[in-house]
Amino acid sequence: MVSDDASHASQAKTAVAGPLDNLLGIQGTALSLHRARIDQIASNIANADTPGYLARDIDFEQALQRAAGTTDAGVEMARTAPGHLNAQISAGAPATQVYRIPLQPAQDGNTVELSTENAKFAEAAMRYQATLTFIEGRMNTLKTAIKGGE
Amino acid sequence: MSSFGIFDIAGSALAAQSVRLNTVASNLANAQSVTGDPNTVFKPKEPVFEAIAVSDGQSLPGVRVREVADNTAAPLKRYEPGHPLADPDGYIYAPPVDAVEQMVNMISAARSYQANVEVMTTARDLTLRTIGAMSR
Repeated sequence: MVSDDASHASQAKTAVAGPLDNLLGIQGTALSLHRARIDQIASNIANADTPGYLARDIDFEQALQRAAGTTDAGVEMARTAPGHLNAQISAGAPATQVYRIPLQPAQDGNTVELSTENAKFAEAAMRYQATLTFIEGRMNTLKTAIKGGE
Repeated sequence: MSSFGIFDIAGSALAAQSVRLNTVASNLANAQSVTGDPNTVFKPKEPVFEAIAVSDGQSLPGVRVREVADNTAAPLKRYEPGHPLADPDGYIYAPPVDAVEQMVNMISAARSYQANVEVMTTARDLTLRTIGAMSR
């Protein structure tokens, strides 16, 4: 009897956590990745006049795949000597950063091009809004379900 | 990572660019500050930017002015024996301020400032919309 109760309780717990666990699906992850990308580009724009600063971006597709776990568990560096560290990058590592290739070199070694960064920033902001629209739709669907179609 | 870190980053750039604008203003204002001694003549100021983490737990760098350095170019020597500040040989010394260079610096700083204001405006709109979406 006691064990029956316990198993019932654990079943109830799973049942409650189930549908709300994955409320937003991949969109939640995508939203935070877009946010990270916007932050990265903002950092580039802030350092547009800093000598030697290298502009960076986030490879969104790769980052999302890694976050969703559809790609390999990570990247491992080859160890060719015993002194090399085991540089395993785990699946939970922060989003994949890549360096921007400048269209024209600058004398101070800075690779930020304000026009490129502005365009990328606008693009990232638009993608963020698109994802947000999906999430809003999802919220509305859930609300309709909760209210029973009222 | 705080979702407001972007405001720290863009804010640090606004501060740095306004220091740059101030140095341009100071250099232009003192372009004609002549003296009779080459050692005491005004030295044009140049801000030195540096990428640095601007808030706790924020890995992305903002920018700050590491120092406002003196331009080490030699002062401009002019022969004006009638000038009240002229040295015994009749020379006065003017700061090596290149007006064209200063104007270019000013336009560049203003553009960068605008770009960062744009970043802030967009970040604010997106944040407000996100908060709105979650609270409705």
